[in-house]
Parts: sequence; C-alpha cells; structure tokens
Amino acid sequence: MMIKINISSNVIGEPILAESMIETKTALNISQAHFDSTYGEIIAEVETDDFKSIREALESKGAKVTVLDHPIVRDEEECVECGACISVCPGHVFSFDEEWGIAQDIEKCIQCGTCIKMCPHHALSLEK
Amino acid sequence: MVEKSIEEINRRIKEGSVNVVTAEEMVGIVGELGAKEAAKEVDVVTTGTFGAMCSSGAWLNFGHPEPPMKMNKVFLNGVEAYSGVAAVDAFIGAGQLSETEGFDYGGAHVIEDLIRGKSIDLHATSYGTDCYPRKTLDTTLNIYDLNQAIMINPRNGYQKYNVATNGINRTIYTYMGSLLPNYGNVTYSGAGVLSPLSNDPDYQTIGVGTPIFLGGTKGHIIGEGTQHSPETNFGTLMLRGDLKDMSADYIRAANFHEYGTSLYVGMGIPIPILNEQLAQSTAVTDKDVVTNVLDYGVPSRDRPVLRKVNYEELRSGSIEINGKDTPTSSMSSFKKSREIAGELKKWVAAGEFFVNTPSQRLPAKATCKPMRQTTRNPLVQDIMAKDVVVIDENATFHEAAKMIMENTFSHLPVVSEDGKLAGIVTAWDISKAVAETGCNYVKDIMTKRVLTSNATDPIDIAARNLDMKEVSAMPVIDKDRYVIGIITSNDISKLFARRR
Repeated sequence: MMIKINISSNVIGEPILAESMIETKTALNISQAHFDSTYGEIIAEVETDDFKSIREALESKGAKVTVLDHPIVRDEEECVECGACISVCPGHVFSFDEEWGIAQDIEKCIQCGTCIKMCPHHALSLEK
Repeated sequence: MVEKSIEEINRRIKEGSVNVVTAEEMVGIVGELGAKEAAKEVDVVTTGTFGAMCSSGAWLNFGHPEPPMKMNKVFLNGVEAYSGVAAVDAFIGAGQLSETEGFDYGGAHVIEDLIRGKSIDLHATSYGTDCYPRKTLDTTLNIYDLNQAIMINPRNGYQKYNVATNGINRTIYTYMGSLLPNYGNVTYSGAGVLSPLSNDPDYQTIGVGTPIFLGGTKGHIIGEGTQHSPETNFGTLMLRGDLKDMSADYIRAANFHEYGTSLYVGMGIPIPILNEQLAQSTAVTDKDVVTNVLDYGVPSRDRPVLRKVNYEELRSGSIEINGKDTPTSSMSSFKKSREIAGELKKWVAAGEFFVNTPSQRLPAKATCKPMRQTTRNPLVQDIMAKDVVVIDENATFHEAAKMIMENTFSHLPVVSEDGKLAGIVTAWDISKAVAETGCNYVKDIMTKRVLTSNATDPIDIAARNLDMKEVSAMPVIDKDRYVIGIITSNDISKLFARRR
C-alpha cells in the first residue's frame, strides 16, 4: 500500500525515517521525497502487514502518516487536456484518446505524485 | 489564377453562403482538389491555438477614488501591477508572482479571477501631490467595477516553438514543464496543423488590424509581437482584446512548478483564401512544421540542438533521442485548439465575424537579437583560488588535519594516485574521524560524490549549484579531472559585496 509521510519543521533535523525503519524492521520503498529546512514529504510503498507498526513508530516520533488509498484524481474542470502529464508518468496512466482528450488507466497509478508537479493547472491530486 | 477580394468574401459571409473550413479540414480539401480548385471552393480557413503564453497581461483602469490618488505601487490580491503611467491605470502581467503566495498565485490568476467575476483586493500606495493628495488605498472590486479591462499581449501566437528535453542527471523544472533526467521525456508546445502563423507564413492576410478570436471573444492583432523573428520562422503577434467579454474556457492561469505562473490563452485567426498560394499555405500539415529539440539541461541562452523534429512525430507520443524512444508531452492543448478553430468557423458561418485587409503588413524581415551586454559576466576562473592544496587519498586524517591547519582552506580536494579528483574532505569530516574509530585514511572519510565546477562556467551557474546542493565549496577541474582551483560561497559573496 502507498503512504504519505509528512515531517514538520520541529523534527525535520532528526533521522526519524531511518530510526522507524530500523526499529520496526520494515522496508519503505520510497517513490517520491521532498525535503527542505521547513518540511519533508515522502511517498512510499509499504507491505500491508507492516503498515500498523511503521505508522506507530513514525507517529511516535512526530511524523504524520496518511494512507494513499485513492489513485490520482483529475479535476475535469481545471484540466485543459494539454497532455503535460503523459510523458512524466512512470506507470503510463495517461494518454490521448482519438479526440485528443485525456484518457486514463487509473489501475496503473502508483500514486507517486510526479504528474501533480507537472500539471500546469493544478488539476491532479492524490487526496480525496 | 484564382483571385478573390476581401469584399467578395465578406459579402458571402453576410449572405450566409460563405464556405468556411478549419485548417485541419483544409488539408484534405487541398489534397483532394488541388490548391487551385480549393481556392475557388473555400473562402475562409480558421486556425486555433491554446497554450502557455507568458507574455500576456491586461491594462486596467480603476476609476478615480475620493480624495484622488496617483497610484505609485498597485497590488491586486497581493500581485504587483505596473502603474508607472497615469494616476489610476495599471498593467497586470501574467508572470508576476504574489508577494505572499509566491509560485502558487500570480498575475495570470488575477486575470482569470477577473474574468470569472471574482472580487479582487486592491492595495495601492503613493507619495501624494497637490493634485493627488491620497497616499494609501484599500478596496475590493471586480471586473464590472473597472472602466476598462483590456488584454494586451506583447508576444503571443508563436509560429512554432522549441522542443525541450534534459540531458543532465536530475529533473529540472522549466517553463516547458518537468524535464526528467538523462533525456527522460520531451515537451513541446504549438498547434502544428492549426497554428495560425504557420498557415499564413508570408503574412499575406495576417497583419495590423486583423480580427481574431481571443479568449472567447473578438480581438485584434495590433502588430508583430516582441522577439518577432520571421527569418527563422519564429514569427510572433501582439494582441488586444476586451477582458470583460472573455471566458475562462479560453483563458486559464497556469503554474509551472519551480518556475512561476503563466497564462494559457486561446487564440484563433481566420485566413481569407484570396488566391491559390493561400490555399496551399493553409494546407500545411503537422509534418510540414519542423522545429528543434533543445537540451534545457544546459543553462545557457545557446542550448545545444539535439535534432530536428516535426509536429507529426511529436504528436505520435514518442520521438527518438540518442537512439532511445522518448515519451513526449504536449504543453498546449490540441483539443482546445480544435475547439477554437471550430468556434471561429461557426462565427464566420453565422455571419457574425468578417475578414479584412490589414492596415499594415507585418515585417517579413527581422530576427531576434541576443542582448548587448556591456559588462563581462564573471567566470569561475576569475575568482577561484588557484593555489589550491590537494591531498592524496592514502594520506592519514592527521595529515589532512595538519594541512587544513597550515593553510587557509577549510576544504581539501582529495586526489587519487593518478592525480585526478577522487573526493573532498572538510574539517567536519576530520572531527568525525577523530570521534569514530576505524577511519584512519582520507579515503575512508572523504565525500566521494563531489560537486565540481568548470573554470569557464559563469559565476551565476556556480552560485546556483552551491545553493541548490547546499555545499560551500566546489573544486574546479579541467576536462581530465585534474584539480585546477577551488571556488567557495565565500568567494562569491565577496564578489557581490564588491559590486555593491
């Protein structure tokens, strides 16, 4: 399953991710990570059986864990169907249909969030 | 020879007997009938494009407040608008970023919000004069409260555009979107077959005063655009239209991650088919519009051209770069471009939109020059320390500590036996070695992935690299990886301090 881990500024300097992984002997398969001095955000895959323990470990150290159980959502009002998302998606979720509109195969979404940064119109999101 | 006049075409538009087709449909018609017959058959060809046009904005007139004020600085929802003209006029530019929200909100969003009829917070300041005594002002208004809201776009409707890819080993964020490392993807913009200027590349009918579709309403071409470069097939247009009549279906604010804001502008031009030559030029296909693929990983004005490509290849979904099939993304919407050409066709067919003869032709001879720079850009070699001390990777950390103490550098580039750069050690690495056991040699404690610089790199590039990677020094190496100097953030700070 895919999870999002948010790390706020007060604990950003601490190695809470590594500590949590060692402590729970859980492997997080990180697909996206952003860190700067003010916050950190990680999108990672974790085995469903390991989820409870890693969440407890991370949250006890001050991180916020959200389950990403919804694949990418496209806001059709905002989307202008340019196709910017097509080439950056590692899962090949997006393509053009015959009318040059956006076709999507949501099953293929790994919830990495790469397309969110690419979309010029803020039309894509991972949250419900 | 087929010759038709503008008057004749306008009479047909008025009578409802005009034959108007889109530039996409024209390809098939000319293919079937030939240019001569097509010129007889077809009166007007409509084009359309919908993409990011950063060089867009709007002149706004707010009306005079009481007591009156000569607005010196104007902010609309926190976005600065230029007001260095008369008292209550301001130009809001699409790319201006919000003072408080940064990349998330900019002039483009103010323009879209105005079109949507939303309320906008206006904050203005002034120095006060006898005729305009007021010094500050805060109010909330919407587009209906303004006297004029006129879109003026200094450079729109690019004939075609460069295609972007990225050869360096990290993702870069540009006005052409996210470009994945090592030529991981390709982005392009432009409507190809529907591109207005590609359908009349000699500007026979497109000129000053040409009526156009702009943002969902009727606008005009007011001249060639800035950076107009017809000799390299990169013509541009300057456009005008009434923002009050525009629709958010065709004007959309955009955000390019880590780049800024831009405005997606929907624009279409009708081309009256006066002769065979125009019938032929409006039969242009995606395949005929050729452009260059540039490596945006090179942070220079003169980016290397990797290959030539046409729009048919780009729109196929992937193109070959260095022998690899690379996926393409369009940054402009072909679907919307089609919608615009279709809408314009409807207006002409319904007798609501006429064509005209330009009051002045656009320049056909011009190229876009680079900037004349009178001060030389400092290079890394101008400020780097050349008397750099290096240490052998097999030296002990004690020797490294001694070397740091004896010299003024706090960074020691480490070289391997052949004298080439192998790593870097800092005083911090040595402290760590002292604190931990088992690390006796420089090679055990050095950082192996060293950020480096070239002597001929501009300082601005070196400064950005230091800043982004959060390191304070970079060894300067030659092409064989021999260390020829070192540049530190301190050297750069001193340079800028001297300038001031």
